[in-house]
Formats: sequence, C-alpha cells, structure tokens
Amino acid sequence: MPSPIAETLAGLLLIATLACAVVRPKGVPEALIAVPAAAVLLLLGVLPLGQAGAEAKSLAPTVGFLAAVLVLANMCDRYGLFEAAGSWMASGSRGRPVALLGLVFAVASTVTAVLSLDATVVLLTPVVFATVARLRIRAKPHVYACTHLANSASLLLPVSNLTNLLAFSASGLSFIRFGATMVLPWLAAIGVEWLVLRRFFAADLVGRGETAVGTPRRVPVFACVVVLLTLIGFFVTSLFHVAPAFAALGGALALAVPATASRRVAVSDVGLALEVPFLAFVLALGLIVKAVSIHGLGSLVTHLMPGGTSLGSLLLIAVVAAVLANLINNLPAVLLLLPAAAAVGAGPVLAVLIGVNTGPNLTYVGSLATLLWRRVLRQRGEELPIMEFMRLGAITVPPVLIAATVALWISLRFVG
Amino acid sequence: MMNPVRVVVWLVEGTWQGCLDAAAQSLPSGARVALLHVTPSDVTEVAEAASAGLLGRSFRGRQPTRQFQDVAEEAASELLAAAAARLGREDVELIHRQGRVEREVVRAVAEDVDLLVVARDGDHSRLGPRSLGLATRFVVDHAPCAVLLVWPDQPPGIESMPPLPH
Repeated sequence: MPSPIAETLAGLLLIATLACAVVRPKGVPEALIAVPAAAVLLLLGVLPLGQAGAEAKSLAPTVGFLAAVLVLANMCDRYGLFEAAGSWMASGSRGRPVALLGLVFAVASTVTAVLSLDATVVLLTPVVFATVARLRIRAKPHVYACTHLANSASLLLPVSNLTNLLAFSASGLSFIRFGATMVLPWLAAIGVEWLVLRRFFAADLVGRGETAVGTPRRVPVFACVVVLLTLIGFFVTSLFHVAPAFAALGGALALAVPATASRRVAVSDVGLALEVPFLAFVLALGLIVKAVSIHGLGSLVTHLMPGGTSLGSLLLIAVVAAVLANLINNLPAVLLLLPAAAAVGAGPVLAVLIGVNTGPNLTYVGSLATLLWRRVLRQRGEELPIMEFMRLGAITVPPVLIAATVALWISLRFVG
Repeated sequence: MMNPVRVVVWLVEGTWQGCLDAAAQSLPSGARVALLHVTPSDVTEVAEAASAGLLGRSFRGRQPTRQFQDVAEEAASELLAAAAARLGREDVELIHRQGRVEREVVRAVAEDVDLLVVARDGDHSRLGPRSLGLATRFVVDHAPCAVLLVWPDQPPGIESMPPLPH
C-alpha cells in the first residue's frame, strides 16, 4: 500500500479509536473498536507483522505493570483507605477551607504519585466531595484541586501515570533514578498549582465549615503497610535490576488474597479490577500509533525532535508534547513522541512526560475528544460545561509546564 | 389588603449561618421567607471530564457523577433543614436548585420576590472591587429585585477604608 494511503488509513483509525474510547457509543468497551482497528491494519499490511510483534513485546511488561497498579489501587479502596483519608482530612481541617485545601493537596499528590492518577480521579475525588459536603464547605476548589493534581502531580514515579510507565520502559532509567530526577519537577508543579488555585478560588475559600464531623474512620493499617512496602519494593527491585512490576504484583496480591479468602471481595471483582478491556485497548492503541508512526510521521517527529538537554530544548519538547496531548490525547501523544525522545536520552523523555502529563489540564481528554464529548452532552439535552475549567487550565498549564521543566533541567544537572 | 413581602435568603456553604442571622435581623414583619441553596453543576462536570480523560479505566461501577448527585442532594437538604431550624420558623419554604449557581439564583427570584438576601463572600482582608465572588457579583448585577448584601461575620471597621491617593 502506498505510504500516504497507509498513513491516512492508520490516522483515521487512530481518531476513530480515540473517539469511541471517549464517547463509548451504547457503552461499548473501548477495546471493541481499538482491537479490530489494529487487526485491520495488520491484515492490510499497513503494520507489518514483525514490527507489530516487536511493539507488542515491548508494551506487554508495561501493560502487566499497569494491571497490578490498578488492582492495588482498587484493593486499597476496598480496605477503606480512601474513606480513612477523607475522615483524616475532615478532622485535620477543623472546618477551615484553606486548611482543607492544603490537606487535599497533600493527599491527592501522594495518592497520584503512589497509586496513579486513576486512583485520584475515580477513588479519591468522590471521597473529597463527600468530605466537603459533610463539613459544609464549598466543593469547587477541592474538587478542581483533585482533578488538576491527578495530572500535575503524576510526574513523580513510573507508577503515577500510564504515560510514565510507557516512558519508563522506553527510557531505560531505573525506578530510583526516575523518581530522583522527577522529585523536583513534581514539587514545582504542585507548588505552582497551589499558588494559582489558592488565588483563583479565593472567594470560595471563605467562612468556616462544621467542626463536629462524626466518629473518625479506622485507618486500615494493613493496607497502609502493604502500600508502604510496595513503594519500598519499587526501589529495592530496581537496585537488584528486577522489574518493579513484581513489587506492584506483590502488593496487589498481598491485599487481594486475604480480601478474597475472607470473602470480603469476590474473586470476580479482582478480575474486574484488572480492567482487561482497557489493557487490550492500550496494546491495540500502541499498534495503531506504531502504524501511524512508521509511514512517515515517526521520522518527521525524529527529525523535529531537538537534540541535547539545554533548557531551551527541554522547554520546546515539553510544549510540543503538551500541544499534541491536547490535540489528540496524551496516550497516543506519548506513544508517538517516545521513540524519537528516547533516541536522544532520558532528559527529553522526561520533558515529554512533563508535557503530556500536565498539558491535559487544559482539555482533559484532548480537544478532539472534548468536542465529541460536548456534542454528546448537547444531544443528551444537558447544559454545556462552562469554560471555567478550561480558563483555570489556561492559567495553570503554562506556568506549571515552565516551572516543572526548569526544575527538570536543574535536576538533570544534579542527578544526571 | 397588601400581599406580604416575599424574601429569599440565598445560603452558601461557609457563610450560611452568618447570612441567616443577619437576614433574621432585617426581615420585615409578616414577610414570607424562602431559603435557597444551589448545588453547582460544574463540580460534577469537572469530575466527569477528568474521568473521561482516563479513557477506559472506569473502575467498573464507579461513576463519580452518580455518587456526586446523591451526596449533593443529601447535603443540600440537610443544610436547608439546619438553616430552617436556626431561623426558628416552620413556615419557611425550602428551595434546592442545581445548575450554574449565579443563573439559578437569579431564576429563583425572577417572579414575585421583593428582596433577595445575599452574603458577601471573598477575602475580607483585601476589600476592593474583587471582594465579591464571581457568582455573587453576577447575582447583584442581574437579580430583578432588591438585593440586601450582608456581612456573614463582623463587618469591617471604618479604618478599612484605604487612605486617599496623594
């Protein structure tokens, strides 16, 4: 097949796959479109079998790692970790909105870094919402903080974001080195978010909420210990050149086995927590992006990727990654940019991550998908979302991006 | 005989007690009182957008939006009940709305309302053009009735006025 036709076909299938993953017509799983789309590209020879095999082989460990992290986060929820965090934030804030926002920042940043952004969005945000409702404090600043930090605070560890897992395997960095290099950018991003949100929501952070908030939830000590040991495990495995995915697997099993043995959690629930359709979606998406990449776009990206790790190069890479993440979505963006960035070194890979992780605070799913999503809302007869979150995104993303990239540049000087 | 004055008191988390107490002092005798609370819909929307950003990772059965609505309903009815009890009147009407806060407040007072009581929000330590929140500012501008703006806590002293520029 001539390259331009192959490229167009792969591009169209990529767009269709992403659109279906966001809109989910009739609630179909995201893999239902992605897997056949990848199969079509294979059958038509747009993606040669050999390259597909190599791509699948390189993605497989990442997908396994993701599965273990998803189960770990889900089990933490079953053990009541997030409820306990809500209770702790409620009593710690003593009804003061700014103090609560500070605690939400601390908890959301930690949860995102250790248990991934998924845990913050799906498991922690509802708990924060329930907490502010119980305290009779305005929900807006705290819920926005969760959704923002799920992106901005996902810079620290390979497990914090699926994009990091993908970059982690491409960069060749060890878990320790990844974390050590990203701690400064992570702190910079959180710091800027705090300054902007504190000011943006100043009018909503007034007054005083309830102070008597009922009996505190018991802290699930076992789950906390397992998470802590898993975290230590990530670093220890990395010291002995063992895949840190095994630490995640160990943590997931340590929580899931006793929970299922005592029938607190059904085995089928653990199976569902694996999110198999999503794992299939990631594999298929990897293949589709590979097909898009090998017919010219990949070499174009490589050609355009600035070399070296000067501050200017890193900033340029981060901005391009953020723009691409907002145009399409951060998953295909990172898949597309990684090979070119990895060829230059770890610095550019991490700059790509800063772009694709913090950039989505502008449009969350990428502007293409956002447009579709707004269309769906309109069809359902629901009011369109106000542009407040995009306005907030427009104020936070540029300074977060710059601060985190400057911090990365400094980090690279020290950690190397 | 003249119809009784109809008053709506808009209650927001954080300032509702002070607002209610200040309103109670200013209520015309024989006024019909309604207490209004609006649940902002954009909070649910931003949570929905963030979970859409995860693409497929839905943690099956965990739809934040659904949980949000239940929690918000319950919180609103509890707040309104607590407010009615604080006011010590049984004949108050309780109104809960959901949507864009500022627009819902204006809609709630669109007909047959004589007075809307609103608490000042914003930062007392920095009084100035921006010391009203966006929603409050919108309501003050667009409410089709008289608006009574009350301090939810201690009003500032006269010394809060900045000196004249030289």
